[in-house]
Amino acid sequence: MTFFSHLRKAAIATAFVLGATAVHAEEQYFPLQSYRVGPYAAGGTGFFGGFIDYLNLINIRDGGVNGAKLAWSEGETQYEVEKGVEVYERLKSNPGIAAWNPLSVGIAYAMIDRITDDKVPLITINHGRTDTTDGRVFPYVFPLLLNPYSETSGIVNYIASKEGGLDKLKGKNIVVLYHGSPYGKETIPIYELLSQKYGFELSQIEVPHPGNEQQAQWLTIRREHPDYVVLRGWGVMNPVALKTAQKTGFPADHIIGNVWSNSEEDVIPAGDAAKGYTAITTQASGERYPVVQEIVKTVYGDGKGNLEDKSRIGSVYHNLGIVNGILNVEAVRIAQAKFGNRTLTGDEVRWGFKHLKLDPARVEALGAKDLFHSINVSWDNHEGDGYVTFQQWDGKKWNVVSDWIAPDWKLLRPIIEKSSEAYAKEKGIKIRTAEDADAVVSN
Amino acid sequence: MAVQALDAARLPVDWAKLVQKLALATALFVVAYGVVPAYASGYLVEAILLPFLALSLAAVGLNLLTGYCGQLSLGSSAFMAVGAFGAYNFNLRVEGLPLAVTMILAGISAAGFGVVFGLPSLRLRGFYLAVSTLAAQFFVQWALTKFGWFSNDNPSGVISAPHLAVAGLSLDSATGRYLLSVTTVMVLTALVWRLVNSATGRNFIAVRDNETAARVIGVPVLRTKLLAFAISSFIIGIAGVLWAFTYLRTVEPAGFNLDRSFQILFIIIIGGLASIRGAFWVRRSSLSSRSFCPGSAHSCSAACSIRAFST
Repeated sequence: MTFFSHLRKAAIATAFVLGATAVHAEEQYFPLQSYRVGPYAAGGTGFFGGFIDYLNLINIRDGGVNGAKLAWSEGETQYEVEKGVEVYERLKSNPGIAAWNPLSVGIAYAMIDRITDDKVPLITINHGRTDTTDGRVFPYVFPLLLNPYSETSGIVNYIASKEGGLDKLKGKNIVVLYHGSPYGKETIPIYELLSQKYGFELSQIEVPHPGNEQQAQWLTIRREHPDYVVLRGWGVMNPVALKTAQKTGFPADHIIGNVWSNSEEDVIPAGDAAKGYTAITTQASGERYPVVQEIVKTVYGDGKGNLEDKSRIGSVYHNLGIVNGILNVEAVRIAQAKFGNRTLTGDEVRWGFKHLKLDPARVEALGAKDLFHSINVSWDNHEGDGYVTFQQWDGKKWNVVSDWIAPDWKLLRPIIEKSSEAYAKEKGIKIRTAEDADAVVSN
Repeated sequence: MAVQALDAARLPVDWAKLVQKLALATALFVVAYGVVPAYASGYLVEAILLPFLALSLAAVGLNLLTGYCGQLSLGSSAFMAVGAFGAYNFNLRVEGLPLAVTMILAGISAAGFGVVFGLPSLRLRGFYLAVSTLAAQFFVQWALTKFGWFSNDNPSGVISAPHLAVAGLSLDSATGRYLLSVTTVMVLTALVWRLVNSATGRNFIAVRDNETAARVIGVPVLRTKLLAFAISSFIIGIAGVLWAFTYLRTVEPAGFNLDRSFQILFIIIIGGLASIRGAFWVRRSSLSSRSFCPGSAHSCSAACSIRAFST
């Protein structure tokens, strides 16, 4: 009798303790402003699918980051600013927020003031507002790997290498076909600057959102008779551009896609018209990288994979989501090394992003060798010197056709600083020093 | 004196109704300035109330033009854009301009713009006027995109809201922005309510109901129409300022697209043309259902045109 009552008490106590630990388990939360419907669903499902797959991998394989489980929930934005703000306000009250990843320039712009007030990092991998690269003015915003200016510089350098050197660009004619959105317009001044610097002729043509009608633009291009067309598209605009180019007789191998025109979803619908099309990327596509293999084995093997269509595993957007997952998780890990293995505050995770340095050796240890090159974020450089490479579509898959190329960061930095300093002046922001950036508020 | 006595004799004061109205107004004030700031969650204020207030005000403005004066307009979001970008530029380029003055100047720019695009209303009616106001919609978006000056040469054409303060008091918090919004909306709605019950308001209705008859009884039709365009655009412009400064805190020209104009038009159609209250009820219910029934768009615009033609 007494034995059983002791046993029962012990059982209750154990259950209580277990329950209590379950409640107090360390948990880091990722609010996801995703978009799985609307004109940009292909990008949204691939990117957020890859991101979630990687978070799942960390949970299943490692039991979280040093014991801190990763959690997330999604809110649909349809790539619309108002909906993105609504989701932000809805999800921001959740505890333990690590970082926001909206994957939309428009939404990111609307969030800059809000996340700065709330002291949580905002990650805009491969896109975003270029001058947020300057950590002295934008402490909480990180356009990781590749900001739009670096991308532009990378593309121009690649065209130059095809022509046999930067001095050969003189007199060449380049057309930039851009998406009529904040994202699309972001690079207008930098193309103009590079055209003056290298002496190539330039015309920039806008395609109104969403871009499923481009006859007029391509007829203009035909009249211009350019040497290269840079496609700065997004979503449905890309396959339409490739098809219309074929119709108007412009060769696909003289169209260079930017980092948001580089996915399978952009070329497969264009069919034959896309053969020979080349695009810039920060992360290679394909399944052969160890981390992607582990996701296939562990996450999809467990039935927890996020992509409904398994043939999209290893696609450009899926791999970008995985790389984004790696960067977010490593930032948390780096911050944990300083602040302890527990649920971190947003400001502590910001510290982690500020010290996010993954050299090629560390990237290899993470199973991502050749998937992406490296990253080296510092307190005043929030982009982290990402490298780019170029891939060509052969009708079935992307083939890498260049080495890892470094954009011309030295050339771009003064322009970025000029823009961010103007922003600081307009908003009355004090320019931060390294000490300011290293201080973390406890809340 | 005699007339006033006659009026008083004809219209005895309905005390019960007056008390009821006073009680309602007091309750509204207590909720708007007491209950909401004290108890409402951040989500309710930021994601529901702020867009609700801005769009409701725009609907009140459009209702003045379409509901009361019978001039169908599809350019509302263009006038909102003019207001938003106007306020941004006044604030940016004139040092130390008080917020209230900024907003009024922005409203006046929108009003001037409204008068220009109201000119076709002197010759066109119904569908044709709607199409000509569409020109405003496309022209504004084009101009704001084309000329970088409007967005201070920001490469992506997106403006971000400045620091908001009234008499040295910062209104940047959610509650501050809400109070700014709700006060602006209340003041302007009260003014509109006064206006529609004045001689000018009756002129609006006369022009709507029968333009020829209105002209015969001596209503200055030309002036009345342009005045309706001016006042309506003024209010919609200020709604645009609220949308940009208090709700989104950032704005790009594409944010003020044709969809937004339709949205505002449907608010007044569903809420009732020539009904100020309707602007608020519909906006509220559209928020609670979280979508704006795009499927019914065609039937809505058809209904509206019929209404506009029949009047």
